[in-house]
Amino acid sequence: MTDESLWYIFINASLISNFVLAYFLGICPFLGVSGKMETATKMGAAVTFVMIISSMCAYGIHALLVALNAPFLQLISYIVVIASTVQLVEMVIKKMSPALFKALGIFLPLITTNCAILGLALFQTNKGYNFLESLVYALGAGAGFTLALVLIAGLREQLNLADVPDVIKGTALTLVIAGILSLTFMGFAGLGL
Amino acid sequence: MSILIAILTLGGLTFLLALMLVIANRKLYVYEDPRIDEVEDMLPHANCGACGYPGCRPFAEALVSGDVLPGKCTVSSEEGREAIAHYLGVSVGAEEKIVARLACAGGTNVAKNRAQYEGLGTCRAASLISGGGKGCFWGCLGHGDCEVVCDFDAITMNQHSLPVVDEALCTACGDCVEVCPKDLFSLQPVNHRLWVACKNLEAGDGVLEDCEVACTACAKCAMDAPGNLITMMHNLPVVDYSENHQTQVPIQRCPTGAIVWLDESGEVVKGKESKKIVRKGERRIGYT
Repeated sequence: MTDESLWYIFINASLISNFVLAYFLGICPFLGVSGKMETATKMGAAVTFVMIISSMCAYGIHALLVALNAPFLQLISYIVVIASTVQLVEMVIKKMSPALFKALGIFLPLITTNCAILGLALFQTNKGYNFLESLVYALGAGAGFTLALVLIAGLREQLNLADVPDVIKGTALTLVIAGILSLTFMGFAGLGL
Repeated sequence: MSILIAILTLGGLTFLLALMLVIANRKLYVYEDPRIDEVEDMLPHANCGACGYPGCRPFAEALVSGDVLPGKCTVSSEEGREAIAHYLGVSVGAEEKIVARLACAGGTNVAKNRAQYEGLGTCRAASLISGGGKGCFWGCLGHGDCEVVCDFDAITMNQHSLPVVDEALCTACGDCVEVCPKDLFSLQPVNHRLWVACKNLEAGDGVLEDCEVACTACAKCAMDAPGNLITMMHNLPVVDYSENHQTQVPIQRCPTGAIVWLDESGEVVKGKESKKIVRKGERRIGYT
């Protein structure tokens, strides 16, 4: 089955159906923490980490719930796992890098309710991926999320230096370039099947 | 049966996760000086940023680490600052009071409108439309954005739609400086009493057409001032506050009263030769 090879899953999750720019999931950190390249990269790394952990946990939980014949617990279990993982990441970052902890601010606990992460867990279950495929899917989604964040952070850093009309400065401009970025990612749709 | 499964599964799951978090919390515990919380409680929680820190908590951290003295907080009362100084065993640290000053005196009684602005009643909105309706492009639009943004009720609009800063209440947080679309406010130490209350960059008596108290760039103040106290730059006098500026000499010959002396009592002293402004009502469009 060539179309579901690991490489395809990775490209699919990161580019063709990029979580942020094609599925519009996880928009809030995409707009909120994309002011600086440095924080954007680290936020991307944090989200990717949470994605991988919660993807592994989701796989295990799904298997367990199927065995127990209780798939109705899927959603609530995923939420509990994601919330705890984010808590753990928060503690680790606070310990390792207080500066990053301050820079990420409120957006770090907001990963808890980030739809990109819950969406990932639900998508991989729906698509029926096995453990390895889930892992690659999470990695691809994380890479795509980081890519989107880095791209918009780069644009915003450049635009800080540009002479922009007053009316469009700030949030309005960010939303406009987010739209244009999404438009360019539509080009990858041609790669899909 | 399924209820039992649900309870057991979720119970087990949450127990495992809670256990993990408890262990992580122990292993990854970050020590924070308990004095930071205490000092933060003593601060006014205004989070205004006048001290130069992003908020009260970062300021409390800096206080505890000894980087600053409590006097930097302009919002606290004298007792509050002393309490913090006593708690930390440091001196209060004297800070010269800084206040916001307005570089415009063009109220409605002296400055003319060239157009009637009828849109949204804020300076920001008005300034987007060719800089607002005011004749003087640089002058105060008088819609009172600064009065609204001031958290300390230090700015009130007077009867001529010109903001007046209550220096006793001003904490120099800088909100008005940021909000003014004409950049008329600046933070100045309170002893800067020699003050140029105009931002008009044009020269000559033509500017009086739009505003009777505008600076005509005659440069008399610069000539009269001792030493290099005042230099003319872009048709405006610029006071070099590093020189001795405690003198009322430069204001005396100002023909319009654009350079003034701000008295300790809050009164605006104009030079002897300055034109007296007697009009109380509005200076209307087309009326000179």
